[in-house]
Amino acid sequence: MSKAFNISRQNGFTTIAITCFVLLYLPIVLLVVYSFNSGPSVAIWEGFSWRWYQSAWENDQVQEATVRSLVIALWASAISTTCAVLAALATTRTRKFKGQGAVFAMINQPLMVPEIVTAVALLIFFAMIKVSTGYTGLAYLIVAHSAFCIPFAYLPIRARLQGMDLSLEQAAADLYATPFKVFRRVTLPQLWPGILAGAMLAFVISLDDVVITEFVKSAGQDTLPTYMLGQLRRVVTPEVNAISTVLFGISVTFVIAFTVLGKIKN
Amino acid sequence: MADLSSAAETQASRRRWLLLAPALFILVFAAAGPLLITLVYSFLTPGDYGGVEWQASWQAWFNVFMERDIFDDTLGWSDAHLSIFWRSVKLSLMTTVLCLFFGFPTAYFIATRPKKQRDLWMLLIIIPFWTNLLIRTFAVVELIRAEGTVNTLLIWLGIIDSPIHMLFTEFSILLGMVYVYLPLMVLPLYASMERLDFSLVEAGYDLYATRLKVLRRVILPLVKPGVIAGSILVFVPSLGAYVTPRVMGGGNQLMIGNLIELQFGQGRNWPLGAALSITLLAIVMVALMAYVRAAGNQEPHRV
Repeated sequence: MSKAFNISRQNGFTTIAITCFVLLYLPIVLLVVYSFNSGPSVAIWEGFSWRWYQSAWENDQVQEATVRSLVIALWASAISTTCAVLAALATTRTRKFKGQGAVFAMINQPLMVPEIVTAVALLIFFAMIKVSTGYTGLAYLIVAHSAFCIPFAYLPIRARLQGMDLSLEQAAADLYATPFKVFRRVTLPQLWPGILAGAMLAFVISLDDVVITEFVKSAGQDTLPTYMLGQLRRVVTPEVNAISTVLFGISVTFVIAFTVLGKIKN
Repeated sequence: MADLSSAAETQASRRRWLLLAPALFILVFAAAGPLLITLVYSFLTPGDYGGVEWQASWQAWFNVFMERDIFDDTLGWSDAHLSIFWRSVKLSLMTTVLCLFFGFPTAYFIATRPKKQRDLWMLLIIIPFWTNLLIRTFAVVELIRAEGTVNTLLIWLGIIDSPIHMLFTEFSILLGMVYVYLPLMVLPLYASMERLDFSLVEAGYDLYATRLKVLRRVILPLVKPGVIAGSILVFVPSLGAYVTPRVMGGGNQLMIGNLIELQFGQGRNWPLGAALSITLLAIVMVALMAYVRAAGNQEPHRV
């Protein structure tokens, strides 16, 4: 026998897989490359320049949208992570309780209901509140983002809690620590990689949201993604590529940090 | 003693609901509650300038699939809506099949790498998954638009004289959806393939099965839960897709999501938009329940 028989081989699978990886990254790579194009085309290369980054940086609308995106994402991740930590403490490491199924259905609801349906529902509901209170500020977007970020923050925190040993907390309680002290001194130090991972996930999810923001925002409340969506109707310049590249960079950084956090052992 | 333990039980339960309160409040306020209001709106009369009149009506539900002819007042199927529903279902099914075609070998490829390499390959799948959907859609647009990379390259090579019209067609929506939802197929497939017991594959070969036979009779039945999970994970968001058909379809090739948006914009028919949303939600729920049932039936057969 000239060649060992490889039992895991399937004809053509490797070819398709490699094609798949190439096709998955080719558009992104081109998007990044042409953000550095000195010409206005996204297909004809005219040399390297930072021109489009500079023009995006100096664009007032982009600046405003960036700040707004960050403010919303920070609030939404703080609120959703706090809620998720409390919810995870209530639903993990306990016996099955009455209403458990309903609670899980509620928490996971934003993952199951199509985004466009949630977006429309929020448009209707918030329009009612806007009419009756006259308030049109950022709070609507922050609350909406907080809601759909909860399941994303909840999952890594819950996973972390499930892997934690209850006996340490019981020992602390036996030594007359108050429940709050047990949480702060015993639970929290073990839980933080999960909390950080959940908060980061919520942050990225909020930062990337298009559909719900597009329907909930009042006039002049564009975030970076909805600004880009509006720009796509016009003539596209590599300025959009430059913004995309920055957002892509943020996502990659967060994914890698998230993966590293997941590997931290108890 | 019994009193004491039941008192402790009550206290634990109160503590639990107190901890759950903030999350449940936000979810009721900004997710579940608005859905109920949407349901109510679907039974109201549209206002002249958007919004609703508080007058009960079945009209919106009637208009989801039917319409009354403006000239002779006869009842008929709403061709426009039916064709959009049909396009949505058709494109979502095609997206699912294509994602399976590309995703299955990819997941298999990753699962058969040495253990240390697998995480790195998976990271390559996860990065696009966490990248803004709009950015990824936009990246494909740049590739296929008239003055985009593909057309420029083909013209430069002298293969074509004028750009091929690819954007704003059903093909471009399909391409975009396969591209953005592919990671959703690979993730669950990989999860079930990683646990695949290759001694069973080896046993198949020992019994003189061909590679194709091993794939069909040994591997496929074992990773079936992953195939079902991946298909649902791709099919459900495809059906409710809004951004990809808007950017890739350019307003000509609507899907359900765009039809819903239309009712809240130019259409000024909020009740119809609400009824269409509830219809989409109902279809998605049926698909999810079918999945739960299929996954439940699968359990006892797993090795």
